[in-house]
Amino acid sequence: MNNNKNSTLSVSQRLQSILAKNWAILFTLIIILIFSFTGKRFFQLANFQNILHLSTIYLLLTASETFVIITGGIDLSVGFVMGLSSVLSAKIIELLHAANFPPALSISIGSIVALIVCIIPGLINGVLITKYKVPPFIATLGMMGIANGMALIISEGFPVAYLPRVLPNIGNSYLIYILPGKAISFFSKPKGIAGEEIKELIRIIPNSLIFISIIIFILWHILKNTKFGQHTYAIGGSMDAAVRAGINTNKHLIIIYVLSSFLAGLAGVFYVFQTGIGIYTSFGAMYELLAIAGVVIGGASLMGGKGGIIGSVIGVFLLGVIENGLHLSGVDPFFRYIAVGLILIVAVIIDQSFPDLL
Amino acid sequence: MEYLLEVKNLTKRFGGLVAVNNVSMGVKEGEVVGLLGDNGAGKSTLIKMVSGVYRPDGGKIFFMGKEVIIDSPMKAISIAIETLYQDLALAENLNAYSNIFLGREKLKKVLKFINVLDNDYMLKESKGVLDRLEIEIPSLRNRISMLSGGQRQAVAISRSIYWNAKLLIMDEPTAALGVTEQKKVLDLIRLLRSQGIGIIVISHQLYDVFSVADRLVIMRRGEKVAERNIKETNPDEIVSLIVGAEKVSEKICPADRD
Ligand SMILES: Nc1ncnc2c1ncn2[C@@H]1O[C@H](COP(=O)(O)OP(=O)(O)O)[C@@H](O)[C@H]1O
Ligand SMILES: [Mg+2]
Repeated sequence: MNNNKNSTLSVSQRLQSILAKNWAILFTLIIILIFSFTGKRFFQLANFQNILHLSTIYLLLTASETFVIITGGIDLSVGFVMGLSSVLSAKIIELLHAANFPPALSISIGSIVALIVCIIPGLINGVLITKYKVPPFIATLGMMGIANGMALIISEGFPVAYLPRVLPNIGNSYLIYILPGKAISFFSKPKGIAGEEIKELIRIIPNSLIFISIIIFILWHILKNTKFGQHTYAIGGSMDAAVRAGINTNKHLIIIYVLSSFLAGLAGVFYVFQTGIGIYTSFGAMYELLAIAGVVIGGASLMGGKGGIIGSVIGVFLLGVIENGLHLSGVDPFFRYIAVGLILIVAVIIDQSFPDLL
Repeated sequence: MEYLLEVKNLTKRFGGLVAVNNVSMGVKEGEVVGLLGDNGAGKSTLIKMVSGVYRPDGGKIFFMGKEVIIDSPMKAISIAIETLYQDLALAENLNAYSNIFLGREKLKKVLKFINVLDNDYMLKESKGVLDRLEIEIPSLRNRISMLSGGQRQAVAISRSIYWNAKLLIMDEPTAALGVTEQKKVLDLIRLLRSQGIGIIVISHQLYDVFSVADRLVIMRRGEKVAERNIKETNPDEIVSLIVGAEKVSEKICPADRD
């Protein structure tokens, strides 16, 4: 009788499943090694911090997609909700700034309003999916178009650019600056340095890293340790089991889609801090696909029931390293799409071949 | 002894079809009642009215001497009526103890205000109930998808028992199992009976039912046609009751059924 599959696994099967489970990390380490030889200035603190900094919005979108995919759903609207949030927050900040509001106030109001508004697409997605039984793919595809249209209307098709100059300073600053042997300061460059000294300046821990670490930690905690997280997995594993265990699955799924679009909204606001402008998401940016790729590379299955935040973070980091490494190695940027596509296929094959991995 | 569960004149119609017609029956504490009947006889529909899936069109349900309205599965569970469906309704991607506690997770506080799952407690309690039921499962941390059919059945039963089921309804509990595992489930049913739980078993396996039931209720075309104490009947009589008197002369062999 097949009493205990675990103890009957041979050593080589175990090795295989360990490899299959950790392939994304191993693969990342290998390409880091390769890019260290091929890429100019690749293996440097500044470059890794740069990869993390540029991964911030992907981490937010991928984290939101992680929750959705674990329930067995999908959210195609995250990329354009991010654009909507970006232009909406920027537009409000721009208007208040023009009316001579203090920057701190206009930035706070713009950000908060955009975050609140970005709950709405998720709410609509959730209600369509649960109450009206619209497949998640269709519901969020529709929302993708609506969010895009709204963003274009608000921005009138142009970047929203007249924003307080302090914005990108916040978004692009580091926690610690060290001018070796001369000065150290926190959150902004040591005063009065210029010219050649700037080049010597060592920047450690981008603000974005602190911000995203806190968010990711909270989301990891929710998924791993809480009742909400447990129910998220249960719904993806067996909707029937969840219903019969008395879980309010409709309410749960609505919260999941709201969380997803809220995090997309957060990504949009962050984008304004990072670039100093508000911009709608262009077609072909494929944020949602990269987010889904990150989740799947991280070990989730599109059938639902498995995946996790740590895996997804690794997935994003893998994609970030590839883009950065290929760029610094002088490879044509178009190859990046091919690389991402191939890795995604590998991820799906591994998921199919080792269905028992969690 | 008074009935634990008693249904009186239950009727359920689906459009023009009378799936259950004026059926009365009861189960006592520590008693196993076998519910028998051909496909479409109305067995599942009858128990679904008790487990809160369907609302009866007529009749009354009494539980522990009081009339109860069971208008949802949650209501049934809340008054300690647990139902085991054939598909078990376990989350395959979660481990055994998480399934036992699914929807009723035990939480603990960290840093005085953050509620987190108390996995140690749930594991310990689950071990306790499995011990009580003399069930052995290699590891309660294993996902359900790694367990055998019988072990899954055992987990599903443990869940009901842990939450203090007084009445356990089982729809075809042995249908998907191998012979050894069927035996184990039947042993488990006997053990539960000895612990005072009332049990209704629906099964096509006539000999299984004979080996565990105290009493049999036979349904045909939505109606209850007979009720027998196990000691006062035999499989031949039951088969003839299931298929109907008019067919008895054809001498259908019990082994051919199902
Ligand atoms: N949800 C339903 N809608 C319509 N007809 C049903 C439904 N459930 C059961 N029936 C019908 O009621 C009758 C009894 O079914 P059921 O209770 O499932 O029988 P059994 O479990 O004894 O095989 C059958 O004729 C079946 O087709
Ligand atoms: Mg049935």
